[in-house]
Amino acid sequence: MADTVIPRVKVPATAKAGAVFTIKTLINHPMVTGLTKDKDGKPIPREIINRFTCDFNGANVIDVALDPAVSANPYFEFDAKIDKAGDFTFTWYDDNGQTYTDKKSIALG
Amino acid sequence: MRLSRREVLAVGVGGVALTLIAPGAHASELDDVVAKFTGGAAVGSGGVTVTAPEIAENGNTVPVTVEAPGAVAILLLAPSNPTPAVCTFTFGPAAGSQKAATRIRLAKTQDVTAIAKMADGKFVKAVATVKVTVGGCGG
Amino acid sequence: MKTRFNATLAVALGALATVVVASVGWAATDPSPVIPLVVNGNLTLTDSAPAPANIPGLKTIYSGWLFRDPDTQAMQTDDFSNPGMTGVDAGQAEWATVDGTEGKSCASCHNGIESMKGLRASMPKVTKDGKLWSLEDFINGCRTNRMGAKAWGWKSTEMKNMTAAISLQSRGMPVNVKTDGAAGPFWEEGKKMYYSRYGMLQLSCANCHEDHYGDHIRGDHLSQGQSNGFPVYRLSTGGLVSLQDRLFGCIRDTRAESFKPGSPELHALELYVASRGNGLSVEGVGVRP
Repeated sequence: MADTVIPRVKVPATAKAGAVFTIKTLINHPMVTGLTKDKDGKPIPREIINRFTCDFNGANVIDVALDPAVSANPYFEFDAKIDKAGDFTFTWYDDNGQTYTDKKSIALG
Repeated sequence: MRLSRREVLAVGVGGVALTLIAPGAHASELDDVVAKFTGGAAVGSGGVTVTAPEIAENGNTVPVTVEAPGAVAILLLAPSNPTPAVCTFTFGPAAGSQKAATRIRLAKTQDVTAIAKMADGKFVKAVATVKVTVGGCGG
Repeated sequence: MKTRFNATLAVALGALATVVVASVGWAATDPSPVIPLVVNGNLTLTDSAPAPANIPGLKTIYSGWLFRDPDTQAMQTDDFSNPGMTGVDAGQAEWATVDGTEGKSCASCHNGIESMKGLRASMPKVTKDGKLWSLEDFINGCRTNRMGAKAWGWKSTEMKNMTAAISLQSRGMPVNVKTDGAAGPFWEEGKKMYYSRYGMLQLSCANCHEDHYGDHIRGDHLSQGQSNGFPVYRLSTGGLVSLQDRLFGCIRDTRAESFKPGSPELHALELYVASRGNGLSVEGVGVRP
């Protein structure tokens, strides 16, 4: 990846205990399918984000296995709920072995 | 100029060419993906929804939402893509619902399919037909 | 002009196109309903306005956003749904990154990127020495003259990210490009291009974007070709596209040998097209198919 990968995550600053709220995530990544060819006709090797996870204080919220049919700059929107304050951890796993992480704190309120 | 037009087309509908190159391989790959998820169990209906636009403005970025209250996991499939698996959502204990949205690539018009694994081990499925048209210029 | 070289063919096809258009008698279709473009729940952008006085071909100007499907529209209404915002993040990081022999970043001279507020709304504009400059030219001017850094390519990721990040600072401000004074001759040239038929399809900008906005072009709806949303995130390519690259693509799609992004021709056309949207809000980063 030539470009810097910067995750983009929206989590509310506070939530009521037990109330469901929405999390949105974006990450800039071309999601190269491995099905295309370059100008010289050589196949361009696959390089995708193959897994995305979101955890809250160590408990899993969602675990996504991605295939090349997920669009470039993968977007996920899903719901979470909490019963105490803590940290959400977001992790994206790249085919090239790198992982990208982001953290968001949330308070009860 | 011709070359660059082709490149643009190649990016836009990249998958279609591969379907043509490898006919036949496809149905079995779909079966394999489904079997891997269900372990060969029967797939019923009800309790799962898949929401997608009737007509996609562009097949390269199609918003899709899946929901199956009480599900453990949901497999999202594009059966007519060169590779039919799109993604699998597994919901953990901190999930607020068994619902997720993403954006997917569709090589052509097809029935986008969601198969949910419910907490009791049963499998259910839903489809949404998305028309992928030959776009204009995008503006 | 070199794209209009085949006079015989051009006349023949041009006549044919005219007959087809005239006999079918389609006209432009206004978007309905004209809904407000509200971003992040609290910022209402002007997506329709009375046409500027010097654009007699239009009564009302409409953002391209109004011609999109609800799903595409929705992506632009939240900065965490808008995939173009990943480019903004990268551009903002680049803003503070030192590059070149002078040991400077953009921030060394300009402080926070919010100091760029208003710039995008006035682009392109004529410099003191009489050149018509787009945002890309100003960025490269800083890089080469003040930072001692290499100029970025017009279509490079860095350039697109930076123009996106700078454009966002003007989001909600009305497009307000100068069309008179020193800009006058460039504007007239751009106007002439807008109404010139190009390519084997013998189409002018106006044939699609003035005469037929709102109508189908294959499975798609034509817009007025407004530039206030640029740079835009395109669903088709999964990335940002600059305005001049879009103009290049439009002319190429008429089956012409197109003008290169950064060329004097596309600078003039950018100015004229921007002026057709004087009064619409800068959208920062639009989302288009």
